[in-house]
Amino acid sequence: MAETERETILDIKDLSIAYPISIGTVRAVEGVSLPVYKGEVLGLVGESGCGKSTLGLSVLQLMKPPGRITGGSILYKGRSGESRDILAMDQKELLDLRGKNIAMIFQNPLTSLDPLVSVEDHFVEAIQVHENEVKRKDAVARAEAILGDLGIESRRLAEYPYQLSGGMRQRIMIGLALILHPDLLLADEPTTALDVIVEAGFTELLMKLKRQYDLSVVLISHNLGLVAEMADRIAVMYGGRIAELASVDDIFDRPLHPYTKGLMDCVPNILLDQKELTAMPGSPPDLVNPDPCCPFAPRCPKVMGICRSKTPRLVDYGGRSAACWLYERKD
Amino acid sequence: MNENKNEARADRARFSPASGLAKALGAFSEAARKYRVEWWILVAGIVVVGLIVFMTVFPGIFTRFDPNDQSAGPQLGAPSFAHFLGTDNLGRDVGARMVYGARTILGVAIAASFLSALIGIPLGLISGFAGNWLDKVLSLVMDSVYSFPGLILAIAFAAMLGPGVINITLAVSVVYIPTYFRLVRGQTLQIKEELYVEAARAIGARKSVILAKYVFPNVIATVVVVFSLNIADAIMTEAALSYIGLGLPAGIPDWGMDLSMGKKFLPSGVWWMITYPGLMIMLLALGFTMLGEGLSEILNPRLQEY
Amino acid sequence: MSAIIRAEHLVKEFPVKGSGVGKNRRIVHAVDDVSFEIDEGEVLGLAGESGSGKSTTGRLLIRLIEPTSGKIEYRGKDIISYRLRELEELRAKVQMIFQDPVSSLSPRMNVGEAIGHPLDIHGIGDKTWRKEAVLGMMRKVGLAPAEYLYRKYPHQLSGGQSQRVVIARALVTRPDFVVADEPIAMADVSVRALILKLMRDLKDEMGLTYLFITHDLATAKYLCDRVAIMYLGRIVELASRDELFSHPHHPYTKALLAAVPIPDPKARKPKDLPEGEIPSAIDPPAGCHFHPRCRFAKPECSGGRPPLRDIGGGHLSACILD
Repeated sequence: MAETERETILDIKDLSIAYPISIGTVRAVEGVSLPVYKGEVLGLVGESGCGKSTLGLSVLQLMKPPGRITGGSILYKGRSGESRDILAMDQKELLDLRGKNIAMIFQNPLTSLDPLVSVEDHFVEAIQVHENEVKRKDAVARAEAILGDLGIESRRLAEYPYQLSGGMRQRIMIGLALILHPDLLLADEPTTALDVIVEAGFTELLMKLKRQYDLSVVLISHNLGLVAEMADRIAVMYGGRIAELASVDDIFDRPLHPYTKGLMDCVPNILLDQKELTAMPGSPPDLVNPDPCCPFAPRCPKVMGICRSKTPRLVDYGGRSAACWLYERKD
Repeated sequence: MNENKNEARADRARFSPASGLAKALGAFSEAARKYRVEWWILVAGIVVVGLIVFMTVFPGIFTRFDPNDQSAGPQLGAPSFAHFLGTDNLGRDVGARMVYGARTILGVAIAASFLSALIGIPLGLISGFAGNWLDKVLSLVMDSVYSFPGLILAIAFAAMLGPGVINITLAVSVVYIPTYFRLVRGQTLQIKEELYVEAARAIGARKSVILAKYVFPNVIATVVVVFSLNIADAIMTEAALSYIGLGLPAGIPDWGMDLSMGKKFLPSGVWWMITYPGLMIMLLALGFTMLGEGLSEILNPRLQEY
Repeated sequence: MSAIIRAEHLVKEFPVKGSGVGKNRRIVHAVDDVSFEIDEGEVLGLAGESGSGKSTTGRLLIRLIEPTSGKIEYRGKDIISYRLRELEELRAKVQMIFQDPVSSLSPRMNVGEAIGHPLDIHGIGDKTWRKEAVLGMMRKVGLAPAEYLYRKYPHQLSGGQSQRVVIARALVTRPDFVVADEPIAMADVSVRALILKLMRDLKDEMGLTYLFITHDLATAKYLCDRVAIMYLGRIVELASRDELFSHPHHPYTKALLAAVPIPDPKARKPKDLPEGEIPSAIDPPAGCHFHPRCRFAKPECSGGRPPLRDIGGGHLSACILD
């Protein structure tokens, strides 16, 4: 495995996000600390409701009210070198950050693209919003160049989103995300809506572009196969918290957290001859007004008394971390 | 000993009417907190409509006069202690005419709305579900009727049918049939494409059963809301019809007619004959509107954005 | 083992709206002459990407949509000729599980009503018996406590519970054949395994036969006995599970298998992916639909339609090359 530089490009520290609803508060993300190293692909894995998408949106402060950040900081260290807290940025700094330093692509390319705007105009707008002195001619030239990297013919510039296939739209999305050469890309379930062959092509493209554009990537997904292929490190989320954080090999070879293990065991692997899939009983927790306990306790095959009364912290065990009372000293 | 007494007292307190009231109020204020403005609108609507309906059922509580009694008081008497709302040009107590007039207008409006719904809803369901030539023909007819200004249509029918409570009801109901038709048809078209309708076909349900058990229950929520708003509209239409003198015979107390009478005497400074009918019409229509809007928000709450 | 379902030369064409009539009319060839049979007690997987026609085929098999042409036999009887009454009776014996459990349940019917409705339609049992049958079915599919969940509405259930309700509803009339249209596609990862296991257990317990429609070959491998791969309305390969996954023949099958993401970082390898994307089903390529994207394509491939031939031991492939 290639050595990852230990320089962090994004450092999420003790982040908490909550939504008030009529019967209480939903603690969607609770005390999450997560560094993203420069040049790596960090997979953020979990099922629905675990908080991974909310976490992703919060990096660019794209959450919609009533969701709000209730604590923590997100430090971004770009090419200029100094660390800035994204949560402390004002609107102008945020607008500058988005697209130019950190970009995001989403699950459904059809709804992410404006149906009334041509491909070319999408690019021109993306460029001119950040660099308004750039002439249209030059912007179009840059768009053409990136289409080449994406494997799309430049005649597509004149077309509209409805004329493109799903895979092509998703590639345009990456193009728009990378046109200003950000150093961090957030991808929220980018292949969930794609057919499997298109998905494989997209994955290859993303890895190629990552090398070419020297990107760091945070890949949010529930697809274990996808993260196994792309990620260097994986953070497993459950109940709004990080359950485990380790290199991709460690996660798949020797998962520490029972949830991670459960997840591994219940995903079919086409290369293996699996007679049985071990399924985890129960369903993800309700995050409304949670009690102090391990969120996985109700479903954990290795649950102990302490799991039900105290929340385990994410503890480092020599290069990898887990939040589980099986490993944490109880003092 | 003392403990037992206290326990008993505590028990009594737990099950006392006061605690019951406290619980009810608790639930009430919780709902109010949950839905805020919409809840209060709904409550206001319920109160207004409830009061007026109560008035129609127990008119004796509100007035002791007969609305048609021309010797109830002096002619054109101003509001006084004896006659709270004054008397009209024929010596009838205005207050009594308001109380009893509620029956007329409410009766016609509700009956007309009911009739419109009874005809419009099934037609809308069938038309939307069938989707073929039947749908095209019915839509054409309904759209034509709908595009006609409602009041003029009502006037035309009222004039054609002649006077009488039933005829007025029919005239008013014709105006609103397309409303229900279009609403239900639109919803049906949408629901028809839902997976659960296909699933209903897969388990072997016949079209009629699908319409009744799968489509209709999912349409009904919007219909209930529209029903209330419709009544508000029908109230105005009925008042307008009787204002211009169409429909109701003289012996039946009617706000619209009183409004028209009141207009005649306004120049001579008699303000109470026109004001109160106008106010009542407005109040009743407003009550039903608030009821409808409040219900709309409660039954189909806007999804909270995450 | 006898074939419980047989499809012969099934064709389904959809006219493209607004494309006129007669010769100029454009048609979507959703299902293009598909034939296969399913033995009693087996699970046949129907796998493919979007536009493959797999969902349409599933619906055709139980006559949820009418075929443009072709024959469908259930236990030897031609069900195309069935009239209303026979069709109704058929529905008690052949059933469907849908992809999105939340959308396939009416929001205004509670669990008990939804599951019990098929019994009501087919006049099975009286009210008391039905309630017990529904509760029993609920417990069988793992909806517990049954009495409590009986009165719940779909929006009050979790995704996994909703799918169990859909399964219970499909099985309450004790059908023998069930078409499952991507039943786990919308479920959470951990719930998928539960539903798959449930389906397998129920199959053994109730003697069911499944047509399992999916885009996920990994789950097909787990659950199915035989797998058919569809591409643009045609079956391109059909073989037993072990044969298909260890010796895929058709280039499209190979591409599909190579593209499936593996949950194992050590399995990373460069993939030879076909060029381009799935063409439109309105104007598919001539001859073999896959030939424009196939690296092994020869001139003959754009000729006539390649037949589904037996390449040995019942392994069928629609590729003319060896």
